[in-house]
Amino acid sequence: MEFKDLKLSKKTTFVIWVLIIAFIIAAPSILPVFRLNLLGRYLSLAIVALGVDLIWGFTGLLSLGQGIFFALGGYCAAMYLQITSSSEFPNNIPEFFGLYGVDNLPFFWEPFRSPIFSLFAIWVIPALVAGILGFLVFRNRIKGVYFSILTQAALLVFFNFFNGQQKLINGTNGLKTDVTQLFGQMVGSESIQRMFFWFTAILVIAAWFFSKWVVKGRFGNILIGIRDDEPRVRFTGYNPVLFKTIIFSIAGGLAGISGALYTVQSGIVSPQFMTVPFSIEMVIWVAVGGRGTLLGAILGAVLINYAKSLVSEALPASWMFIQGGLFIFVVTALPEGVLGWVQGEGPRNLLQRLGLKRKIETYPSLEIKNEREVLKNE
Amino acid sequence: MLLDSLFNGVAIGSVLLVAALGLAIVFGLMGVINLAHGELMMLGAYTTYVTQLIFKLPLLKPYYNAYVIVSIFFAFIVSGVVGILLEKTVIRKLYGSPLETLLATWGVSLILQQFVRSVPLAYGTGLVISLIIGLFLPAVFSSKVKESINFKYVKFSSWIFAALVGVLSGNLISSSVSKLSRASARNVDVTAPAWMRGQVEILGTAFPKTRLMIIIITLISVIAITLFLNQSAWGMRIRAVTQNREMSDCLGISTEKVDILTFGIGSGLAGVAGVAVSLLGSVGPNVGGNYIVGCFMVVVLGGVGNLLGTIFASFGIGIMTDLIGAGRLLSIWPDMPLPLSNTINFFATTSMARVMIFALIVIFLQFKPTGLFPQKGRMVES
Repeated sequence: MEFKDLKLSKKTTFVIWVLIIAFIIAAPSILPVFRLNLLGRYLSLAIVALGVDLIWGFTGLLSLGQGIFFALGGYCAAMYLQITSSSEFPNNIPEFFGLYGVDNLPFFWEPFRSPIFSLFAIWVIPALVAGILGFLVFRNRIKGVYFSILTQAALLVFFNFFNGQQKLINGTNGLKTDVTQLFGQMVGSESIQRMFFWFTAILVIAAWFFSKWVVKGRFGNILIGIRDDEPRVRFTGYNPVLFKTIIFSIAGGLAGISGALYTVQSGIVSPQFMTVPFSIEMVIWVAVGGRGTLLGAILGAVLINYAKSLVSEALPASWMFIQGGLFIFVVTALPEGVLGWVQGEGPRNLLQRLGLKRKIETYPSLEIKNEREVLKNE
Repeated sequence: MLLDSLFNGVAIGSVLLVAALGLAIVFGLMGVINLAHGELMMLGAYTTYVTQLIFKLPLLKPYYNAYVIVSIFFAFIVSGVVGILLEKTVIRKLYGSPLETLLATWGVSLILQQFVRSVPLAYGTGLVISLIIGLFLPAVFSSKVKESINFKYVKFSSWIFAALVGVLSGNLISSSVSKLSRASARNVDVTAPAWMRGQVEILGTAFPKTRLMIIIITLISVIAITLFLNQSAWGMRIRAVTQNREMSDCLGISTEKVDILTFGIGSGLAGVAGVAVSLLGSVGPNVGGNYIVGCFMVVVLGGVGNLLGTIFASFGIGIMTDLIGAGRLLSIWPDMPLPLSNTINFFATTSMARVMIFALIVIFLQFKPTGLFPQKGRMVES
């Protein structure tokens, strides 16, 4: 897809980038702390949306379970922060263990003492889980709606697991990060949060370039091939299972990074990240922004969440109606999303319909017209 | 002990079965998974609640004991009509793109949930009544009237009439039953009539009557659906379209009507499942969400286009849930090795049982990817 009517010149692109970077650098001094924190959180959600776009927009796999990987990333980050700030608590283990009478650290917490392991775990563990789950499902050629509801079931399973295990990961209460320490400062403090904001912004841009690189070239073509006609890809000699597993674990890794960034900025990770509505919301950000456009995923995630916070502040009850309506509207009336609509034939069709632009006679309509004339003459 | 476990499992499976039956026949026919199915169940449960309160009015008080039976029919009609409306307005437009339908029906489910929270049930009832009249009134006129050019006006005026009746009945209910006149997000409780409380003793084991009732409801629904699909003309058409849509269309079956009918019946069954759910616990806007994933599992496990698969899968999942969740394996086999019994104890809660069952289903799908009773075919995409 390309901008048809508004192809950007190199100069304009450069100016836009300068503006974006200037805004990111200046944002902490312009925006109030509360809004800055919200923006940082929404930007981190843009990364998971990029992953959804990769698997749904490009490969045609509608996963309703991205919340699993999102939450796993968040838990990895929170576990590291909790365990490094636990020196003043009894037994040198995080405080909440005391509530349940646990004296020994569960074994899987142990590696998270190392910052390097944790930094890798944030994206490797979700990617691995996604890879294994994806491989088991794709291997049997389970796809389409079956795949979607299996991912949703997996989501619920993970939710139940994390929700029920108080003694291992504090169950339904989740892990708090805002009172933990990082570089000798509170994670919830203003200076650390500002750093996280910049870090998130950089990672969003990096993830965007990474996603663009993934869908470029042969690999991307095969992904699109799988979306449009999977048997044909298989008959051409490619193994769709491999490609689907790779892209699904890439999306899982992106979701993990996103979850970690979201966790440190919202101050808590809890099983609420694995609820069914949240994961489906991720899909609607991409659908509204425009699937298969990457940029649309970022814009969709940030703008819809911003709209959500504004509407929920003003009229709490109406957001559900608006969101429900949005789901129906986007899939029935705007299947390509806003960005897809702008980049495609949308604006021209609108102008034509309003009578502002002359209709172009195309081949099928010419044919229909001729047939009508023939019928008249008979 | 074993009998007890079996009974509990069958009771859990029965609710799953009625709910999943509707989901499965719709999925078999249109390839569409309806994420609003849980909310249609919720509507059925709320219908039971409203019926119960209406039967407490002085006029109907003598027949109070029969309200459960009546509410089954009401729930079927209410959910069915909402389903038909959903098919006519949203799903038909998305034919051929199942993933988009999934998202759109999720949107519908959000709207239905919020609707129950923020609209007083009395007016909700009024709205449903007007929908029923508006959809069915034009159908009662003879075909002679339908062919006349003015039928558009007949349709239009019947919708006006329906709206009028809806507003009037909404007002009537809201003024006579005070509990229904205010909107609330709180859960409500359906109390079973006296003859359904208590227990029955069979073979020395006590069975709660409500659960027996649910099993009976399930049995009747399954028999009715089987008879309908296998014996009636419309049932035959539904089966034909499920097998091969294009061919049936060519042979003169109105696939449009078949779609509406099937979706209506599927949604109606969700309503009946809602009645069962309301007898088991309290009813809230989120009640459907607790059951819907179980229904999906049944559809995945049972395969498509086969009632037998759905039946086996739901009872299988029901019995397994009870066996694992209540830790009954330990009491059946008390002196099993320690590591095994520790594992079983770890999974012996309802939520952990779900984890276990999901794992088992994923393992099962490794061997039989298309479910218990797959449809045979030679298509590439099967």
